[in-house]
Amino acid sequence: MFGKLDWSAIPFDQPIPIITSIVLILMILGLLGLVTVKGWWPYLWREWITSVDHKRIGIMYCLLGVVMLIRGFADAIMMRTQQAVAIHSPGYLEPEHYNQIFSAHGTIMIFFAAMPLVIGFMNFVTPLQLGVRDVAFPTLNSVSFWLTASGALLVNISLFIGEFARTGWLPYPPLSETTYSPGVGVDYYLWAVQIAGVGTLMTGINFVTTVLKMRCPGMSYLRMPMFCWTTLSSSLLIVAVFPILTATLAMLSLDRVFGWHYFTNEAGGNPMMFMNLIWAWGHPEVYILVLPAFGIFSEVFSTFSGKPLFGYRSMVAATLFICVMSLMVWLHHFFTMGAGPAVNTFFGIASSVIAVGTGVKIYNWIFTMYGGRVRLTVPMLWSLGFIFTFVIGGLTGVLLAIPPADFITHNSMFLVAHFHNVIIGGVVFALFAGLDYWFPKAFGFRLHEGWGKAAFWFSLLGFWVTFAPLYILGIQGMTRRLQHVNIDAWEPMLWISVAGVALTTLGAICQVTMLVVSILDRDKRRDVTGDPWDGRSLEWATASPPPFFNFAVLPNVEGEEAYWNIKLKAIESQQLAPEPEYREFEMPVNSPVGFYTAAFASLTGFALIWHIWWLAALGLVAAFAGFVVFAWRDVHEFHVPVEEVARAERARRAARKALLEQMAREGSPS
Amino acid sequence: MSPTSLHTAREAIRRVSEDPHRLGHRAHEGEGPLPGAGHGETGPADKRIIVGYGFWIFLLSDIVMFSCFFAAFAVQRNATAGGPGISQIVELPRVALETGALLLSSYTCGLSFAATNARNKLWTQVFLLITGLLGLAFVAMELQEFISLAAHGITPQRSGFLTAFYGLVGLHGLHVTIAGLWLLTMMAQVQVKGFRREIIHRLICFNLFWHALDIVWIGVFTIVYLMGVRG
Amino acid sequence: MQPLNGMETHMKIRGFPAVRAAFMPGRSIQGRGRLAFCLVPLLLTGCTKSILDPVGPVGADAANILILATVIMLAIVIPTILLAFWMAWRYRASNQKAEYLPYWSYSGRIEAVVWSIPILTIIFIGGVIWIGSYRLDPFRPLPSAQPPLEVQVVSLDWKWLFIYPEQGIATVNRLVVPAGRPVHFSITSASVFNVFFVPRMGSMIYAMPGMVSQLNLQTDREIVLLGQSSHFSGDGFSDMQFEVNSVTGPAFDAWVQTAHASGTVLDRAAYTQLAKQSQKVAPVSYGAIDPGLFQAIADQTIPPAPGPEPENPSHAGREKTPAGRQ
Repeated sequence: MFGKLDWSAIPFDQPIPIITSIVLILMILGLLGLVTVKGWWPYLWREWITSVDHKRIGIMYCLLGVVMLIRGFADAIMMRTQQAVAIHSPGYLEPEHYNQIFSAHGTIMIFFAAMPLVIGFMNFVTPLQLGVRDVAFPTLNSVSFWLTASGALLVNISLFIGEFARTGWLPYPPLSETTYSPGVGVDYYLWAVQIAGVGTLMTGINFVTTVLKMRCPGMSYLRMPMFCWTTLSSSLLIVAVFPILTATLAMLSLDRVFGWHYFTNEAGGNPMMFMNLIWAWGHPEVYILVLPAFGIFSEVFSTFSGKPLFGYRSMVAATLFICVMSLMVWLHHFFTMGAGPAVNTFFGIASSVIAVGTGVKIYNWIFTMYGGRVRLTVPMLWSLGFIFTFVIGGLTGVLLAIPPADFITHNSMFLVAHFHNVIIGGVVFALFAGLDYWFPKAFGFRLHEGWGKAAFWFSLLGFWVTFAPLYILGIQGMTRRLQHVNIDAWEPMLWISVAGVALTTLGAICQVTMLVVSILDRDKRRDVTGDPWDGRSLEWATASPPPFFNFAVLPNVEGEEAYWNIKLKAIESQQLAPEPEYREFEMPVNSPVGFYTAAFASLTGFALIWHIWWLAALGLVAAFAGFVVFAWRDVHEFHVPVEEVARAERARRAARKALLEQMAREGSPS
Repeated sequence: MSPTSLHTAREAIRRVSEDPHRLGHRAHEGEGPLPGAGHGETGPADKRIIVGYGFWIFLLSDIVMFSCFFAAFAVQRNATAGGPGISQIVELPRVALETGALLLSSYTCGLSFAATNARNKLWTQVFLLITGLLGLAFVAMELQEFISLAAHGITPQRSGFLTAFYGLVGLHGLHVTIAGLWLLTMMAQVQVKGFRREIIHRLICFNLFWHALDIVWIGVFTIVYLMGVRG
Repeated sequence: MQPLNGMETHMKIRGFPAVRAAFMPGRSIQGRGRLAFCLVPLLLTGCTKSILDPVGPVGADAANILILATVIMLAIVIPTILLAFWMAWRYRASNQKAEYLPYWSYSGRIEAVVWSIPILTIIFIGGVIWIGSYRLDPFRPLPSAQPPLEVQVVSLDWKWLFIYPEQGIATVNRLVVPAGRPVHFSITSASVFNVFFVPRMGSMIYAMPGMVSQLNLQTDREIVLLGQSSHFSGDGFSDMQFEVNSVTGPAFDAWVQTAHASGTVLDRAAYTQLAKQSQKVAPVSYGAIDPGLFQAIADQTIPPAPGPEPENPSHAGREKTPAGRQ
């Protein structure tokens, strides 16, 4: 009746997961209870859960990402401390548990922390920068978010019902086949990632269409902000490679559920094929993460230097170059599989060649600062920290791209240090820079600067103290994913790394404190004008937060840096542009279809994991029925009355006029 | 041909040939980029173009997914583990019928869209129905193939080659089945709601999907069946 | 499994035999490079770095390439980082002396330099990649006066089986090789992917079921080394280390004789026992082997090793492997 599911699925005999689960369940119930008691459900349902507004969806993505980042970080703390204490001893995490933790750490960080955060930024910022009112497919956007949340839910359920995969964040066969992983762990992984992957693919389609087909009048391709170019490249990569992930995970699922032989050890299965397929997805995936990060840095460097980005066209060329090249390097993840010198040489050279595009970008950011007035705000600190950290990570990447060097460092702690170096230095630093940069736009007040700087310094120092020892351990010969360590010589570096984790934790505490403090006395740091940083792109032309329709009238763009030109004209003429003619327009209505689809996706995924076939069928039928009901709606847009538009726009213009007068009194900031 | 249907046909042709947004056309020569087409300087494209464009991107992504299954088939083509190889399981007559049914269904699908362009509900539904029946025939024949193979113990659990075969052909059949469900939904919507803007958009997407499945089938039957005849 | 720390000795570079000179681009780079590495705050560890202390030609070559590439990249990276910091400092907003160029955003000359530096660097690295990949191809036999020693390697859950087909013996978790003579490894797996890696001997390569990888390595002196698996393979992975004893030629022959005398036979029945999941396996020798065993494992005439035996058949999805039950 319930497939493989019975009471023994709950880990009563394992204290750590069961206590964690109980605490989490109590916290969630507490939160739900609070919302119920305060009567917030109608507001939440109307304004957030069923919202198709890209800004709301972007914020929800970021919230999901931050929550999962905390969980992934908790896993990391456990891993580093386990390795330090388990020298010639079993430590406090037995292999069965430790192996789930490192697998969950990687899975969560990539799929449920980094991806949602990056997509969240793409969601919030891109339509504003393009000068339009929403993305191409707003309801699809909502579905994408809720499917990603559905995947995250499944991963978290695995903590207290069943187990998670014990294969690493990519479930290589034959280890991940039922012969060697008979439990449900790999199935949890497969369905969580599969569902989230479908959501992400839809996001990719959405943003490719938005950037290519929805820009405000006058915004040709070469007048788009750099962040929009990176959104485009990242979305093109998503469209190109997420289907590979879908296909490969489907193949592994068929092997596990029906006993097929795509990747099995016998009867003609081919595990090497999995390696090729999964890394053909996996390498572009990291560029999907890092390209928008580069876009964030482009925005931050130019805004806080008070100058346009240096070499805009070559930045565009470099971005597209990286985008295309990233599809041609996947074999560098398994040079040691023995493909032979010709193949290894091709992929090694291709991997090094990507460094050309990245190098050009680094120099262009540096020269953006040349002749500027660099303000060392929190986003700028993160950006400078990025240059230092990421460039060293890139160095070690080029080392690993040399096959004979890889032959002695593959899968070692050197590799672990390298990829954390580029992901943390590149993606995470960018996300924190972007958080501080766009927070005022999203919520109407700035974040506390002191706590932000403290968070930066602790995180930067913490990162290096955590991962520099891991580089050394790799050179010492230590391989990755060890549950306990039998070599005494490796102990000192492991302990230094733990000290680094403590510093990073302090950094995380500073971030949380920054949020709490900023929210509590937000009136001190209100962004009244909508342009707190003297920005250059169109999102700074709106109020903070923008009205749900973004722009009363779509702006007419005449050159690069659309908003900067508008601002200069206003300053020159000491008056705002004439009040536009307000017209009625339509905006999409909210829809519960995203939430509904994801609810049934979670149910279906759970049922497939536990082999509860009738429930899986029911879930699919219900999802289809919901889709048909949604497709049957008669009303999908509503008119925004002219009075509402005019009211919002006049308030914004009043704030801008005040800013203009203040600048005339105090002297222009530029 | 009666005067009414000739007029209908002319109307359909006129609507298509004078569509200012059709590929490669400028409504008024020499006046710069076309508003509503979404070319950079002219503001966002109108909904019909956005929907069609987005769906094309989705189709490209679906083709990438198919190409993974094609790749698996290519890799595992000879991994027969002592069992039957491709030449032992290919039955060309049935494949010819399947191909004929699917190609014909693409034609009737096109006819239904011509009727849609002329806003003729009856013929839209008739041709959609025929398309659906042909698609059903395709799926039925494919199921019959799988069942008869399975009856001889030729199942995907037998070898890597059979896994790849069932996977590729089955994935395509699954897509056709889902498209069939979509077709039924569209027929219902056309019946109840008529030719509203969103319905037209969805019919555009449905047509694209159906034709794309036909193209993929051409790949499947060439690479799997025709090239498999001699093993 | 005995710990191996403290057994590794550290010898000076100059002690290596001349055969290595053929593979070294130049001792001076090695000396300087090693010094460069030691100068970076790695002094904490007293400079006991594994892969940069190779004991054979393959390892030495690979280590040299790593050091060379690091030095080249540092030559680009350090000035770049310093330039970035200098730029941010000099043009900081509070520095009114620096000129403010609010519209300067392009310079053809700078662009040319900025594209050239990475391109030239990568051309050089590309050369290193090309030459290095061919020279250090694991399948390439090592030039030597002596014929290579054949060793067949099978990775199991979670131990290593070494078969000496010419000597007719086998060992588990202990690899004995004669110093100064190339060893040709044929490597396969009986269960899941693993990676055969002796850090100080040099290159690693995958051990894959149904396939035979080849690796050619050599040690140049008597030493005891650490070997391990470098690809996560399950719950017992952390104990999948093995001992590598590099001994003199005569000592090797003596060891073979001792092994013959051990009496245990590695036939199919013994192999089936061995193939069951176990970890922390102490080194064991077999005095006689079934000669077709390796080939049968490699082409899967003998079926792959079994996975975990579930504690409880209906144990809802939380199967424990023997390692997990510790």
